[in-house]
Formats: sequence, structure tokens, C-alpha cells
Amino acid sequence: MSKFKRGAGKGVPAISTASLPDIVFMLLFFFMVTTVMRETTLKIEVKPPSATEVKKMEKKSLVSYIYVGPPTEALQANFGSAARIQLNDVTFSRKEVGEIQQFILSEREAKDEKEIPYMTASIKADENVTMGIITDVKTELRKVNALKINYSTKKRD
Amino acid sequence: MASNRRDLPEINAGSMADIAFLLLIFFLVTTTMDVDTGISRKLPPMPEENIETPEIHKRNIYVVLINKNNRVLAGIGSPATMVEIDGNGIVSESLKEDVKKFVSNNGRIETSSESPDKAVVSLQNQEGTSYSMYIQIQNELTKAYNELRDEQSINDFGKGFDKLDAVEQKKIKAFYPMKISEAETKAN
Repeated sequence: MSKFKRGAGKGVPAISTASLPDIVFMLLFFFMVTTVMRETTLKIEVKPPSATEVKKMEKKSLVSYIYVGPPTEALQANFGSAARIQLNDVTFSRKEVGEIQQFILSEREAKDEKEIPYMTASIKADENVTMGIITDVKTELRKVNALKINYSTKKRD
Repeated sequence: MASNRRDLPEINAGSMADIAFLLLIFFLVTTTMDVDTGISRKLPPMPEENIETPEIHKRNIYVVLINKNNRVLAGIGSPATMVEIDGNGIVSESLKEDVKKFVSNNGRIETSSESPDKAVVSLQNQEGTSYSMYIQIQNELTKAYNELRDEQSINDFGKGFDKLDAVEQKKIKAFYPMKISEAETKAN
């Protein structure tokens, strides 16, 4: 009888954690691959308005972002509180709106010629800006024939 | 030498999990899985010189005016027939219903559009109009067209617009083309 009960006193053996690093690494690689780090640091504040009829943006590589909004508090000493336009890492005042043409042209240079008609300009504007500056931006886009635009908005139910 | 190699201790891999966890948590925190959403529009090309803009009959234009105080005036044709929709930043449902009625009129009422194909919505804003109001109006106009397209698709194909394939969607879009004309911003 005792032959069968010999090991019973030792209790449950410890679960091997040897494969734990593998599991964690798997998760790690997943997040490393899916992470998109923001390329530009915003020098202006952008809180987009919300809308119900929004659509997802496709082909992110073909989207050029134009940010419009008031400068962040730290930069208001330099630039004042009037709305500014940010392209890549540089901000421009409303008078310098013509820089958008150069921006779009340089964005186009990096892309294949076939892709140019599919390029979209996404206007990420703060909800408190006025239409004057937005219209200026749109006029500049029309001048360089970048006609596909997208008003960036949050989804609201 | 041989015994030396045998004695080489195994590196303890117990802390590997901790290091991996640390990295994992870093990426977990920095990841933003936000998708970009927005309202898409197509701008008209710059007008070429010496080309006259085609005349559109008054009954085929639905005008939406937003002034610098974010008050909205809307109606078919001339300003005399327009009504104020709503002030103070909120757009009522009536704008959407009005646009739907106007676009899908098909010549029934004398003073409204002749066909969805000819119907044009003209959106005009002023320099001081707020962007959020403008987006709200754009949203309502999009909603009006989306609902019309949805109704038409249920009528024709028996299912919602977003369930149709590309060819069928094109047909519906050709039936209800979204024609939103935006005049240049008026000063003051």
C-alpha cells in the first residue's frame, strides 16, 4: 500500500515558468510592430471638432497633414495667440500660408508618380479657429491642384 | 582545459522575463491605436481664365449661409425665401430634412430642384465663422446625402448602402451625386 502513497506528501510540483519569457517576447514584438510613433511634435494646440458622418482614412502613407490652431502656451510668448499653421516641424503665420504650396510639392517628390492623384491633404484644425485661415489653406491647396482633402474630426454618436 | 569548459556556469535566464516585461510595458504605454477619421471633400480646381461659370437655375440651388456669429440661414434660391435655421452653435434636424426634400424633389414642386443630378447645395461662410460650426453643417449635409443614398439602395437592391459592392455603390452615387459648392469666404 505504501508503495503508491510515497510521493503524496511532496505536494503539487511548481509550474515551470521557463516559457514565460517567450510569451512576453511574443507580446512585445506585437506591440513593437504595431506601434506608430508620432513623427512631428505639435507646436500648436489641436482639438479637432466631432462629427457623426466620419470615415476612416485609408493609405496613411499618402496623407499629408496640415495642422491649424493656436500656439501652445509655452510658445505664445513668441508667436502670440493667433492661429498658426504647422507643416512638419515648422509653424507659419496666416500671412505665410503660401508655404503650403512648397510643402505639398515636396511631399509629392517623395512619392511615386502614379500615387500622386491619390494623395490626400488632411486638415487637422482646432475647433476654435475661424474659417478665414481654413479658407486660405484651401485656396493654397487648390493652387497646387491638391484637391482631395479631409477635415479631420473625431467620431461622435 | 576540458574540465574548465565543463565548469562554465550557465547564465541565469530568470531575469529575462523581467527585462521583456519592462520593454513590453514601455511599448504598451507609448502605443496609440487611434485611427484617423474625418469628412472627405473634393475641392474644385482653380477657375481657368476666360471660362464663364455655367448658370444654374435658381430652383436648383439650395443656399446655406453661415455668418460670423454662427447663425445659419438656409433655403432654395434667393435670400428672400430663406429661413433662419438655428443660432448659437447648434444645428437642428430641420436643415438635414430640408436638404433631403430639396435633393429628392425630382421636379414635383415648382420651386424646388428638378432632379438629384441637377441639385446643388451652396455653402457660404464668412471670415469669422467658427470651424466647429462649419464642420457641423458639413456633417449635416453629408448625413442628408448618406440617408438619401441609403434609402435609394434599400429601394433598388434591398440592402443598406454600406453593404453594397463597389459597382452598386457607384450606381447609387451617380443617382445622388453630392454637389456641394463652396463660394470664397466673404470678408467681415
